[in-house]
Amino acid sequence: MGKKYDVTDHVRVPEHKVLSSEEKEELLERFNVKEQQLPKIYHNDPVVKELDASVGDVLKIERNSPTAGKAVYYRLIVERK
Amino acid sequence: MPHKINKIEFKILSPQQIKEMAVGEITDPTLYDKSGYPAENGVMDPRMGVIDPGMKCRTCGKSIGSCPGHFGYIDLSRPVVHVRYVKTVYKFLRATCQECHKPLGDDEEIEEMEDPLYELYLKKRKKCPHCDAEQDKVKRKRPHNFTLGGRQLNPREIREWFENISDETIKKFGINGGRPEWLILTLLPVPPVTMRPSITLQSSQRSEDDLTHKLVDLIRINQRLADNIEIGAPDFIIDDLWELLQYHVSTFFDNNLSSVPQARHRSGRALKTLAQRLKSKQGRFRGNLAGKRVDFSSRTVISPDPDISINDVGVPEQIAKEITIPEKVREDNLKELKSLVKNGPENHPGANYLKRPDGGKKKITEDNCEKISEELEVGFIVERHLQNGDVALFNRQPSLHRMSLMAHRVRIMPGKTFRLNLCVCDPYNADFDGDEMNLHVPQTAEARAEAEELMLVQENIRSPRFGGPIIGCTQDHISGLYLLTGDDVEFDRKTAQEIVTQAGDEDVVFESETVTGKEVFSKFIPDLTVVFDSESGDEKVIIENGELKQGRIDEAAVGSFAGKLTEKIERKHGTEVTKDFLDSISRLSLEYLNRRGFSMSISDLDITEESKDEITNMINDAEEDSHRLIQNFEEGDIDQIPGQTKKESLESHINRRLGQVQNSANDVVGNDLPQKSSAVNMAKSGARGGMVQLSQIAGVVGQQTLEGNRIHRGYKDRTLSLFERGELSPKAHGFVSSSFKSGLSPEEFYFLVMNGREGLMDTSLRTRKSGYMERRLVNALQDLKVETDGTVRDNRKTIIQFTPGEDGVDPAKSKEGDVPIEIE
Repeated sequence: MGKKYDVTDHVRVPEHKVLSSEEKEELLERFNVKEQQLPKIYHNDPVVKELDASVGDVLKIERNSPTAGKAVYYRLIVERK
Repeated sequence: MPHKINKIEFKILSPQQIKEMAVGEITDPTLYDKSGYPAENGVMDPRMGVIDPGMKCRTCGKSIGSCPGHFGYIDLSRPVVHVRYVKTVYKFLRATCQECHKPLGDDEEIEEMEDPLYELYLKKRKKCPHCDAEQDKVKRKRPHNFTLGGRQLNPREIREWFENISDETIKKFGINGGRPEWLILTLLPVPPVTMRPSITLQSSQRSEDDLTHKLVDLIRINQRLADNIEIGAPDFIIDDLWELLQYHVSTFFDNNLSSVPQARHRSGRALKTLAQRLKSKQGRFRGNLAGKRVDFSSRTVISPDPDISINDVGVPEQIAKEITIPEKVREDNLKELKSLVKNGPENHPGANYLKRPDGGKKKITEDNCEKISEELEVGFIVERHLQNGDVALFNRQPSLHRMSLMAHRVRIMPGKTFRLNLCVCDPYNADFDGDEMNLHVPQTAEARAEAEELMLVQENIRSPRFGGPIIGCTQDHISGLYLLTGDDVEFDRKTAQEIVTQAGDEDVVFESETVTGKEVFSKFIPDLTVVFDSESGDEKVIIENGELKQGRIDEAAVGSFAGKLTEKIERKHGTEVTKDFLDSISRLSLEYLNRRGFSMSISDLDITEESKDEITNMINDAEEDSHRLIQNFEEGDIDQIPGQTKKESLESHINRRLGQVQNSANDVVGNDLPQKSSAVNMAKSGARGGMVQLSQIAGVVGQQTLEGNRIHRGYKDRTLSLFERGELSPKAHGFVSSSFKSGLSPEEFYFLVMNGREGLMDTSLRTRKSGYMERRLVNALQDLKVETDGTVRDNRKTIIQFTPGEDGVDPAKSKEGDVPIEIE
């Protein structure tokens, strides 16, 4: 089959970045929330697999937005099932 | 804080649990004894709760309202299958061995499976891997019977089978809700009387609840079955009664089972049993839990009133006297409220109730109103009638967007209908062919303030759907303004003054002897400069410093959904000014139209003989061309379009050729119609109808379609029997070459109606589909709100969006979705 396809290279996949634990703490502080109150993403999501991130990490996603230019979103990696 | 739910368990009641929670066995099918007292051990046994006022519950000692009711049980003479678990029973029968009752699969295999019970059920193993026993075919016979190798399995045998399934096996299946044999009922819980109360009719005759009727039937059959078993009746009699018992237990749970006849009342009405109480729109969930009825609301027919503001709603006096607002008595309103109380409940600005600070509530009547008004003191609360200026919420179903519920200022009016300004018809999607609307009156100061600030009509002029005005002029308003702002409209000073005064602006003074229509309209434009295209596209509209310099005001300027001028005014001067603008220009327009007169006649659509001939020639040419195309096609010569068959290509060619006719007919009619006629004025200003409609009336109606194609339905190889078989000509497939004015031939009319019917079907199908989509969306999104920190969260306070809509733009404050920044 040859080379494995890297989803993060796809134009439709926005930039994902794993937050460091300090950054994560700061994020939780900023929005005054517990970890579980963040939007979630499954650990077996293709992007998460690609980034080699683990459950409990938070991803910072920078999406292109037609109205806002860049829209920042955060998602917590959770175990599926 | 999200409450993390650790576990929810749904289990099956075991016979033991049924017995434990019950107050006793119910054996007697009689409801009441001769003295009218509920029979002991009967379905209405007093131990199961109280429903008569003044009685004490025999079990808990509480009285009506506080006694929750208590279960009883029926000991079924023979076990029956629970209808809701027939499928599960089936799965167990097919997934376990009929000899050793172990799963029909080895341990490693089961380990791999996500749902072993279901997957083994699908496998239909012929041989048990544990004891090598041959497996007979288990078949399900709807609704609740099973056969094993052709032989009927009765519930008792199934129960025995299930009893022999080991706990270990059940664990392997991943089931921990109880034992499989509990799916076969031996005891039936009898719901407490409190959930099936009897109603006493006027004739002091009692009418029992459907569930009670069902239970009585059930006990009777159960008793008969027991008696027959006792006397050792032949098997077929017992089997028949057993089947009957099964039927009664099944319909007790759900009386809408497929392939089971419905249990009926003596009158022939189907009984409402347990499942029917919960299911569908009128069921417990959607009818009682998700939907509630409210006080301080009213509903009546609506009718138009162009003289009231868009913020107003006309309320009939009758309704105003019924709906009240609680008002606290203060020093400064004591006198006023005293006079209201004195008026009593029957005379309009009156009052209905008086509340004392100690909590006492007194009804004001015609007899005591004088006396009560003397007693009135500071601190009392008077529930006074609805009055001019009060805030009320006005709503029309279906409430498809937030503008379907807006706040209006009340205006008490004679008559029995709600009155509303024509400009707000669009957000409500209302007309006056018998539409009814609802009015709700907020009862607290907070609610009133919120309604006024956020929901008032003027605050909703800009729609969050597209960031433009959804409230604006419609129909005759547009015609009137279009005519008024025409180039040759002129008034003498007196007339102009009258018109302006009528439109509501009494301060305007005209200096010159003659006043043009544009000058009159300009008096109502706030100070601003704007240039935009008109609806017809002839001439740009130019407004300089609140002065209409060029162009005519039409749909594009002030119409709802479009309104470029309205939009600009709202953005520059705010909602209050826009409201005044809309109020006055709509009055102005109608005043001018009334003075001028406006009507339409058939001669508005007269075209010259030459034009008629031109159109006829065009049609003939197109038909000839079509025939040539058809002839070529039959000879096999066709310009085939990629991706289409030859036949499809022919259809496309013909359609295109006939479409050309319509376009050119539009032009011919458009150029030839008398330009000053009312019909043309309406089409050009966008008030009603367009060039297409005019050319259908005067020129040619054109091709009728079904699902986007020419009409092919009908008889074998032809649409109607007056055509040749296989005829492909335009006429034979729905091309209407007549105009509405010249009249249609019978076959043309038939095609037109086919097309029209398709349109009707489409609309009704679409509304149903979109209604359901809306319902699901609303259910999913109803708890989301923007918190004070600017995040969008749900009711558990989990974040859904970090910035509302990614950009933080409120579309209702935007200009078509953008944030307009203007540098002057």
